[in-house]
Amino acid sequence: MSEYLIKNGHVFDPVQGIKGDKKDIGVKDGKIVDKVSSSAKVIDASGKTVMAGALDIHAHVAGPKVNAGRWYRPEDKHFDSHKKPGITRIEGGKSIPTVFKTGYEYARMGFTFVMEAAMPPLYARHVHEEIHDTPIIDEAALPVFGNNWFILEYLKNQEIENTAAYVAWVMRQTKGYGIKVVNPGGTEAWAWGLNCLTIHDPVPYFEITPAEIMTGLMAANEYLGLPHSMHVHQNDLGNPGNYKVTLDSLKLAEGVKPNNKFGREQVMHSTHLQFHSYKGENWGNFESGAKEVMDYVNKQKNITIDTGNVTLDETTTMTADGPFEHHLHGLNHLKWINVDVELETAAGVVPYIYDPDIKVCAIQWAIGLELALYAKDPMRCFITTDHPNAGPFTRYPRVYAWLMSKKYRDERLNTFKHADKVISATNLSGMDREITLYELAQMTRAGPARALGLMKDYGGLKAGMNADIAIYNINPDKFPSDGAAIEKAFANVACLLKDGKICVDEGKIVDVGKKHTFWVDAKVKENKQVKHDIKEKFLRYYSLTENNYSVPESYAPHQHIISVDATQ
Amino acid sequence: MNTVTLTVKKVPELYLECENVNPDVFAGKTADKIAKLPGYQGKEISTLGEYFTIAGEAGATAAETKIIINGDCSKMKYLGAKMTAGEVVINSACDMYTGSWMKGGKLVVNGDVHSFCGLAMAGGEFTINGNAGNYLGAAYRGDWRGMSGGVLRVKGNAGSDVATFMTGGEMIIEGDVDIHIGTHMEGGKIIVKGNANRRVGGQLVKGEIYIFGKINVMMPGFKPAGEVALEVDGTKAKFVEYLGDLGERHPKKKGETVYGKLFLKQ
Repeated sequence: MSEYLIKNGHVFDPVQGIKGDKKDIGVKDGKIVDKVSSSAKVIDASGKTVMAGALDIHAHVAGPKVNAGRWYRPEDKHFDSHKKPGITRIEGGKSIPTVFKTGYEYARMGFTFVMEAAMPPLYARHVHEEIHDTPIIDEAALPVFGNNWFILEYLKNQEIENTAAYVAWVMRQTKGYGIKVVNPGGTEAWAWGLNCLTIHDPVPYFEITPAEIMTGLMAANEYLGLPHSMHVHQNDLGNPGNYKVTLDSLKLAEGVKPNNKFGREQVMHSTHLQFHSYKGENWGNFESGAKEVMDYVNKQKNITIDTGNVTLDETTTMTADGPFEHHLHGLNHLKWINVDVELETAAGVVPYIYDPDIKVCAIQWAIGLELALYAKDPMRCFITTDHPNAGPFTRYPRVYAWLMSKKYRDERLNTFKHADKVISATNLSGMDREITLYELAQMTRAGPARALGLMKDYGGLKAGMNADIAIYNINPDKFPSDGAAIEKAFANVACLLKDGKICVDEGKIVDVGKKHTFWVDAKVKENKQVKHDIKEKFLRYYSLTENNYSVPESYAPHQHIISVDATQ
Repeated sequence: MNTVTLTVKKVPELYLECENVNPDVFAGKTADKIAKLPGYQGKEISTLGEYFTIAGEAGATAAETKIIINGDCSKMKYLGAKMTAGEVVINSACDMYTGSWMKGGKLVVNGDVHSFCGLAMAGGEFTINGNAGNYLGAAYRGDWRGMSGGVLRVKGNAGSDVATFMTGGEMIIEGDVDIHIGTHMEGGKIIVKGNANRRVGGQLVKGEIYIFGKINVMMPGFKPAGEVALEVDGTKAKFVEYLGDLGERHPKKKGETVYGKLFLKQ
């Protein structure tokens, strides 16, 4: 394998605490090394910014609901599906791009790892087929557990060991990475025409509350010692006044201790917090609750969050929060798809336009930015758009520019149609903080890598770590004052190395790399009860047999398996 | 006003996507520059110069530019699409998306157009001196935003699924139309001077549909509301008014429910 020497770049690496110093980075055999031989190819990075490859902790990029979005929204790709010159295939779609475009665009922005945020276990094969077809970037997928019948039954009886054994079984069957929880209990309640809008609303029939589900799954997660924590999309998403429910859920983490060998410090990752930080009683007196939520997050060290920034675009919402999508369809009357996944979950898809002329959309935009700007510890607050729910991931460069330039975001804020109302309903206009390049590296590299249990090899530039490196055309000594210039620089890397190979050169894809699918193999003691329950549920309720459930290796031929042992 | 004349010198083997043939793109360009504009044929990019002989020079702005296209355009898509001003005259039949997403100016086709023409038209005048295919002035596949403004006139017949999701503007079809006209319509006006087949105004929320000839099969969701004398596109006549589609949601204005209206000429 070839050797590279990245010379004279301004390096930003939170892992080693390097804040823009000029430093050379050596690459050999796909790893970062202290020394390279004289035959190493030199990449001149003088006047440029060097960071590790970015990690997206939460995006919907593969699987049945993403594909449902693709096929029922041909209009999403109509103007945007041409082939670009070079080795790339046709790239189509804006909010729900094709797998090819997904891989290329992430790579062009300097990303090397993306977590598919919700995998219905029953459709895991489809998720892996799409992941396999997505070029360049490494990916993993989180199976959803928050409305799963097994989980609801085990946790009702507080059987943590059985819960953990079942989780481990599902992760092995589906090649999953961790525990995802979406509207705990609420999606199952919806099958009864109800929802769980607080953490104490009981799930019909199962007689268990969202609080018990989240607490139980956190315990199971730490019992297994998984690399990632429980990853939760909370109850009551998207409703005015929901910040109180959000605080109630976050408080469930109090006193819970992380147990893992990966250096992960949180026990709960609360995702797309923007959708959960709303004050007011209705859409008329809707306000930001970002301060209240972040005041709590800042002092509670065992929680990580991601923002879910609204990008003010036309997009496609999709979530395993089935009742929410139905509710949204009632608000905007646009086309709605619902997919019920037997004993496991239910997903919905509805297009949505975040119109800057609508007051509520502009306030949502401000809330997302406030969350990141209130964050005292950038290692625990990650930037996402909950792609495609709050906006397409291709807008990350714009979100970064809003966060890094007060001038740029104030220009946006002050030109909203209802600017006065938006300003009075939010705190953004009084916030002067501008995220630095170092903080950005924490929020998009080192932070998510630690939260995902990948900090040993990813998210940094220390010798021995994986050589996923992004070089941007940004000179920190002459940081662009113009927001559009910041956007442009983050949208097209000068160079991206993935596993030590140059995949993107000046924004152009030159190599599709060798992507890996990460999954976690958790070993547990043999559990006859769970084995029996699985057999029985498949016989009685599932529409397929156990044999047709698992994801064979041929679906994920380039595996990166992380093993944990919970038998001790 | 400056005139640019395009003459087809080679009929494309597949279909040429002429997204760059409109006054907005041509504005301020010489014939040489226009010849170098790209156009897709399948996945390959070629230039307009390869398929057209180009004469004349465009005006400084779209409004000062007139484009005349001669020769066989039946394998050309997107002619005049997205134009905002100026004038385009096509002396041929043409393919899909002609005049789609048009916002202003004047577009005349002296021939037939294929399906999906005038999609989501928002303004300007689009006249087809021939027949039109399916999905005329409709929303793009999957989209919920159809024709919202301007005047679209067809001298001949139109196909099925015409004016789906129309929200504004005026469409006049001087001949007959096939099934599904004005489906999901929520504003605007459709005038059919010939006959309509079936499913006229299905799920009509708001807006007006005038049929001069006969409707083959009437939708069940319409109720008669008396007779009115009207002048419609220069024709004075008595019409029977129907309200509908009663199976669809309807907005309220000042406490009164607003229905879509269907007028049948007596």
